[in-house]
Amino acid sequence: MLRVLFLLLLCTSALAQEAKVIKFNRLERIITTKSEKIQVINFWATWCAPCVHELPYFQKLEEKRDPEVEITLINLDYADKLYKVNAFIKKNKITSTVLLLDEIDYNSWIDKVDPSWGGAIPGTLFINTTTGQRKFVDGELEEGELEAFIKEVKSSN
Amino acid sequence: MKNKTIILSLFGAVVLLSAMVGPAYQVGDAVSDFTLKNVDGKMISLSDYKSSKGVIVIFDCNTCPYSQAYNDRIVQLNKNYASKGYPVITINANNPEISPGDSFQAMVTQAKEKRYDFPYLVDETQKVARTFGATNTPHVFVLRNEGGNFKVVYIGTIDNNSRDGSAATKKYVEDAVNELLANKEVTTSKTKAIGCGIKWKNS
Repeated sequence: MLRVLFLLLLCTSALAQEAKVIKFNRLERIITTKSEKIQVINFWATWCAPCVHELPYFQKLEEKRDPEVEITLINLDYADKLYKVNAFIKKNKITSTVLLLDEIDYNSWIDKVDPSWGGAIPGTLFINTTTGQRKFVDGELEEGELEAFIKEVKSSN
Repeated sequence: MKNKTIILSLFGAVVLLSAMVGPAYQVGDAVSDFTLKNVDGKMISLSDYKSSKGVIVIFDCNTCPYSQAYNDRIVQLNKNYASKGYPVITINANNPEISPGDSFQAMVTQAKEKRYDFPYLVDETQKVARTFGATNTPHVFVLRNEGGNFKVVYIGTIDNNSRDGSAATKKYVEDAVNELLANKEVTTSKTKAIGCGIKWKNS
């Protein structure tokens, strides 16, 4: 009985999605690589209340499985809090890709994401990598805005 | 629940709006005088500092993890530079309705527990934070006193390692103030850092 339980636990933990710790070059690749999909990149942390508030909008969109949209959640908790991030992902059943950006020298990369970004989270970058059209939203998104901004970078070229 | 969602969404929209409009000081700008209430109940104005070489103004709060991480470093900045003519003034602009841990009473407790020997002012109307263009906490503005006029000489973060000050390789505020004290121009006058957004009011 215990053995079955153990195996079951092993299976579920293997299925649960976990955050991967990355450096900035990985994020830069997502921003710059030409792709058919609109890249939606959200910057958040587990302790940030407005970030946590808007995350369900991203999950809802993820569940629509739109082949033209790719969501990446860039987590900014400290790397030694990875366990906390993974527990959050599990609890909130997040299925989008979560990458923990382990780059403490913030000033070295914030402008590379978008020069208009002051550094406060949440922030969300929408990019049409084929046309170069982009939009950075500094602050919390309202319901429906995700779709509107995707449409905006999709159409204008 | 629905009401809460509406309020939070409105709050988000206001944050967006405030980021787009409103004045914001740039390096080189002259700063208008302001008067705010300190945790000891007394009113403090920037003009009270007209005899000092400058001021290190820091928009800060109780609740943000980055503010908490930088707390001891802010106390240390005042210890190092107040006597040299660059005292620290901290200002909390967070709306306590959104962030109850930033109430005036909580600020009083924080200042006592952390033994602040510098002002911790409440920006209840958020006008000062908006005029400065402060966006996150902690957000530093180093001001130089030029014959009674305070001018912005540095805007940004304290150093380049929020997690561990001893591991920071660039100490932006210290470097800027040291340069000012040596009558040099500030080499790095603008930096950015990840931080908690200031919790703005809905109007």
